[in-house]
Amino acid sequence: FLGAGGGNDIQWCFSQVKGAVDDDVAEADIISTVEFNHSGELLATGDKGGRVVIFQQEQENKTQSHSRGEYNVYSTFQSHEPEFDYLKSLEIEEKINKIRWLPQKNAAQFLLSTNDKTIKLWKISERDKRPEGYNLKEEDGRYRDPTTVTTLRVPVFRPMDLMVEASPRRIFANAHTYHINSISINSDYETYLSADDLRINLWHLEITDRSFNIVDIKPANMEELTEVITAAEFHPNSCSTFVYSSSKGTIRLCDMRASALCDRHSKLFEEPEDPSNRSFFSEIISSISDVKFSHSGRYMMTRDYLSVKIWDLNMENRPVETYQVHEYLRSKLCSLYENDCIFDKFECCWNGSDRQVESLSLCTSDLSNIVMTGSYNNFFRMFDRNTKRDITLEASRENNKPRTVLKPRKVCASGKRKKDEISVDSLDFNKKILHTAWHPKENIIAVATTNNLYIFQDKMN
Amino acid sequence: MFVRGLKRKCFDGEEDIEGTLAGIKAIPSYNLQRQSLLDMSLVKLQLCHMLVEPNLCRSVLIANTVRQIQEEMTQDGTWQMINTQSTGQASLDRLVSTDILCRSSRDQTEGKHVPAYGTFNKDFESDQAQDSSETMSTASSVQAPRNLQNNVWEMENPQENKGNFQKSLDQIFETLENKSSNSVEDLFSEVDSSYYDLDTMLTGMMSNTKMGHCDSLETFSSPTNTASNSNCKSDLNDLDHIVEILVES
Repeated sequence: FLGAGGGNDIQWCFSQVKGAVDDDVAEADIISTVEFNHSGELLATGDKGGRVVIFQQEQENKTQSHSRGEYNVYSTFQSHEPEFDYLKSLEIEEKINKIRWLPQKNAAQFLLSTNDKTIKLWKISERDKRPEGYNLKEEDGRYRDPTTVTTLRVPVFRPMDLMVEASPRRIFANAHTYHINSISINSDYETYLSADDLRINLWHLEITDRSFNIVDIKPANMEELTEVITAAEFHPNSCSTFVYSSSKGTIRLCDMRASALCDRHSKLFEEPEDPSNRSFFSEIISSISDVKFSHSGRYMMTRDYLSVKIWDLNMENRPVETYQVHEYLRSKLCSLYENDCIFDKFECCWNGSDRQVESLSLCTSDLSNIVMTGSYNNFFRMFDRNTKRDITLEASRENNKPRTVLKPRKVCASGKRKKDEISVDSLDFNKKILHTAWHPKENIIAVATTNNLYIFQDKMN
Repeated sequence: MFVRGLKRKCFDGEEDIEGTLAGIKAIPSYNLQRQSLLDMSLVKLQLCHMLVEPNLCRSVLIANTVRQIQEEMTQDGTWQMINTQSTGQASLDRLVSTDILCRSSRDQTEGKHVPAYGTFNKDFESDQAQDSSETMSTASSVQAPRNLQNNVWEMENPQENKGNFQKSLDQIFETLENKSSNSVEDLFSEVDSSYYDLDTMLTGMMSNTKMGHCDSLETFSSPTNTASNSNCKSDLNDLDHIVEILVES
């Protein structure tokens, strides 16, 4: 049984931290996306400099049964380069906005990475043998004088040091006028969608010279623009269903079978506004920054500035659960608007799916019952849907000892600050955790601070 | 109070205010806070134009906030020009909205003048005569206020104020491509962090500290007078600089 003795309560321990130690953060090193592959063996990060770094989990060491394999660098490559749009006189950032892995079909691994304008399909393959014994070439590649060849031999493969190569297999370009914020691979594993601020396109993984536009919310007059698309995702099981969220806090579920252009949603999820909390910032904080389906596809989770909401796909008028991430910021919205923090786009993720088979899941047989999301001061939060308990943890080099359980943190909203609590005014708003990922099968999580990647795992007995 | 969005209290003062200082002080700080939010939002939208690749979502959200404030101020009747000469404040120490944004055609025809706290520059009156110009004044430590042209906010017909307001916002989106290549990101980052310093004043207001609302906003708007607001002053100098660049481009 995974986890500590008491039911579903996980005790998180520091495992590893990747990245530079010094406080002076190079802009290019800022982590912009984190994603485990389908087996969890590989963990990919993208950064503002357009690089992708893939870590691979070591095979479990039999002698060290109390910890899982460590993640070490497996491959690093430059995915995107900065470009210049001469027509608009604009630079196109090389920052990797999203990485999505394809399920593994053969020995090689495939992932999609995207910047603001271009999506690329990368093949990551291993090479651990090379042919030796050519007849016409020397080992160093120089050609032999054919007249010196007196015997013939068949070249054979000999082992070599492992080399991991990344090569771009497809480049999906020129389909987005606005900035791409999401990519999502369909459950058919043949198509995927890409969403920018105003449009969503459907691609076939094999075809790069055309895509289908399936959502277009660009108004005829740009002056009427009041809402943009913020995230989109395919349903995990139904290959014709996808959702997209907006800056006004709505989620639209669309069925591609209904029409070619899914401008009319099948369902519209929106929670009525709470009049007692109304302010000039209400719309901004309702803007959804991330949307994720649960493993079964029955629920979906959305992240807005202050909360995480769980929606039942069968109920459109309100979420079934709402979790407050940092409600103490509600009284600081003006300051956060001033320093632009109110526009930070936090992501959210579900726990891995397989582990729940072993434990009682009171909420649902959905197997998705813990949600994780980031906050400021390098804090991140987890909410357990079953126990209704939540925890705040910190990604910091101070908790550097492996197998030491992380201490829960607490923010003091007002009044007397207890010992070990941190007051709202002391929070460092430059230290934000926007990207987190949960291993698909085990209790291992990857948490990205500005330029460091932390890996935590549960305490194994 | 601001964040809670309680009902506007300013309505009470509207009838008896004739532009006296006492009258101005009687206006509740909700108006002041709302005005400062409007100014802040306009600066943000302006700064958007200077970024190499502005974030459309952010721009839309800020523009929606501006619209929201404008709608509320229009309902209030505070969406007006005022004559600051009567208050003796020749210099503007805060960012002001353009003439287009600050008038509704209805109020123009009625000729109402509802004073609001130090919002508008007297030069707007002269600018009004110029059909083809829009101005964006910026606060400055220099006594004489500066009026600067910004071609993005270009006004074509002063009568179609609301339409032009929309058009201005429209131009924000449509002219995102037409950016000057001046790199002002450094300036922007400077302004950004200094904004964060101003925060203490606003958070002071928000949490209802001992500082009176009006007092705090007054210190905010008079950087030359207050020693403790040196941050304010440098911000405004930075804003000057930014607007200068805008003009030159």
